[in-house]
Amino acid sequence: METLWFWLIGFMLATYVVLDGFDLGVGVLHLFVARTEEERELVLRTIGPVWDGNEVWLLASGGAIVLAFPTLYAISFSGFYLPLMMVLWLLMGRALGVEMHHYIRERLWDQFWNVIFAVSSFMLALFLGVALGNVIRGVPLSAEGKFFLPLWTDFQVGKQTGILDWYTILVGLAAVAALAYHAALWLHWRTDSEVRRRITKIIPILFVLVLVLWIGTIAASISVQPLLTQNFHARPWGAVFPIASFLAIFVSFSLHRRHMAGPAFLTSALSLYAMICSAAAGFYPYVLPASNPQHGLTIYRAASASESMTLALLWWIPGMVLVGIYTYFVYGKILPTRLSLPHEEH
Amino acid sequence: MQHPVGYAAQAAGPLKLESLTTLLTNPWVVPQYLHTMTGTTITASFVVASIGAFYSLRGVHAVVVRSFLPVAIIVGFVASVLAAFPAGDWHAKMVYRHQPVTFAAMEGHFHTEDGAGLVLIGQPDLEKMRLDNPVVIPRLLSFLTHARWNARIEGLSAFPKDLWPTNVPILYYSYHVMAGLGTFFIGIMSLGMVALVCGKLYDQRWLLWILMGSLPFPFIANTAGWMTAEFGRQPWVVYNLMRTAEGYSELVSTGNAGFTLLGFMGMYAFLSVLFLFLMFRIIEEGPRLESAGQTQITSTTEEVV
Repeated sequence: METLWFWLIGFMLATYVVLDGFDLGVGVLHLFVARTEEERELVLRTIGPVWDGNEVWLLASGGAIVLAFPTLYAISFSGFYLPLMMVLWLLMGRALGVEMHHYIRERLWDQFWNVIFAVSSFMLALFLGVALGNVIRGVPLSAEGKFFLPLWTDFQVGKQTGILDWYTILVGLAAVAALAYHAALWLHWRTDSEVRRRITKIIPILFVLVLVLWIGTIAASISVQPLLTQNFHARPWGAVFPIASFLAIFVSFSLHRRHMAGPAFLTSALSLYAMICSAAAGFYPYVLPASNPQHGLTIYRAASASESMTLALLWWIPGMVLVGIYTYFVYGKILPTRLSLPHEEH
Repeated sequence: MQHPVGYAAQAAGPLKLESLTTLLTNPWVVPQYLHTMTGTTITASFVVASIGAFYSLRGVHAVVVRSFLPVAIIVGFVASVLAAFPAGDWHAKMVYRHQPVTFAAMEGHFHTEDGAGLVLIGQPDLEKMRLDNPVVIPRLLSFLTHARWNARIEGLSAFPKDLWPTNVPILYYSYHVMAGLGTFFIGIMSLGMVALVCGKLYDQRWLLWILMGSLPFPFIANTAGWMTAEFGRQPWVVYNLMRTAEGYSELVSTGNAGFTLLGFMGMYAFLSVLFLFLMFRIIEEGPRLESAGQTQITSTTEEVV
């Protein structure tokens, strides 16, 4: 049951990354690919009906963690207090950036909110990567199983580490690149205008960036967290995930080259799923590895009573069915049409 | 958190959920839900009524105002009455039954009495354990709680001090602000109903002035009600199970908590200014009959994929 919930929550978080990933990436990219106010509006419209629904996956994952692993929730939400508060502010900034546009038609007003939207999207994508990096690297859990991390100390992966060190920043940048690439494929699929031409130009650059950072991250992860190598020896099948992730990202690029925009985006989503799975397989059965291996938090120590988990599962399944229907309905409405500006119609 | 049910203690580790039906049929749920929902409806009706009164006093948008101001007054009247009875009354009885010490503190009821009076105004003095400058309706509290004029109500002094809500004056004031404003809402909306039924609503400029000026009150009442619930629960974070002092994150230092508190204050101050600015702009602009935001982006059917 613990293992099942580990993977269910992993699935929810990965879905969050895939879905909110493209609208975060759109936030990162929109200043570069959209030049006029009309084009920005167009770019925002591609995510308009879905971005807030996508964010709910993060909330739902948090809820599922409380349900299944209350100890993990208690420890990590105290320990990651500062970055979590900042994530909250960034989420607010993003929501404002998207929603405030419509109130006033005025150039300065638009520019202000565009920049807020871009900066908070970039920072949020970075923080998501940093969060993953922190979990992979492990945190200084005490014998009582508590910790608190400052934002940064000396940027070294050592005893006195903070949220930000060279390793977590590397993972953060890899996340920004991956989400920007993901979003570029989304925009390429969803728009039909001058914007699309500009995106076509930057996709190869992003692709190379993702590859470089992703390889760098894997190498750094192996050197930072010995658990990954141990787990690989114990369960060699875990290597399927990073390989699948690489394959998927190559396939997505070649599909993009063949002008199959939709499948290219979907394979990029697959590669993100596989990336998260490789991390999860890397530190399973830990949910929060510690700098001192004996203090690491495993799913068994973090889990709630098994009756509670069974009960939660009975609620999770119909909940997911509802979400599935909703998602099908919303995307079914928006996907059949591609957005363009009136004077550019072909 | 106010009235935990359906749980069971385990030998080690956190509590576990024992009965889902008990959890979902927690008797606290229904009155609290009704009370907050009527609270939001009151807020909405007052916002609408106040904007309607403003346009009406200015003599603009007369046709549109006549379509929405009556709705706001009727809905506001019904919601204000429902918020007090049954929702508020029921809720207060729930507090009396399960959190009697909270009840005594929020009513400003210091000493156990047969036939306790309902405090309308007064300043609690915890050192002398009495209410200064009180305005009290005799025996009404006993009647409202037990439906008997002479029923006994335990006062604050009947409980050990470590069970008292941490800040009695704030609890007392927030409850009285909420209840007082709630009474005001019923009053003003009743007058509005009378004027509406007599067909004289738009001639009663004094009434429109009061309606317009009432805009902030439901927001204050809702906040005060929320504060009553939260201060009333102290010193528990989960009532009778976990003290607030046991519930905080030990390793988050005061300095770090202060940093985020300041951050939130800044963010909220900014958002409040932004909200007021946009609201005033929208109200000033007035109703637009055609739908806003002319679309410039068209959709073309996808050929690829």
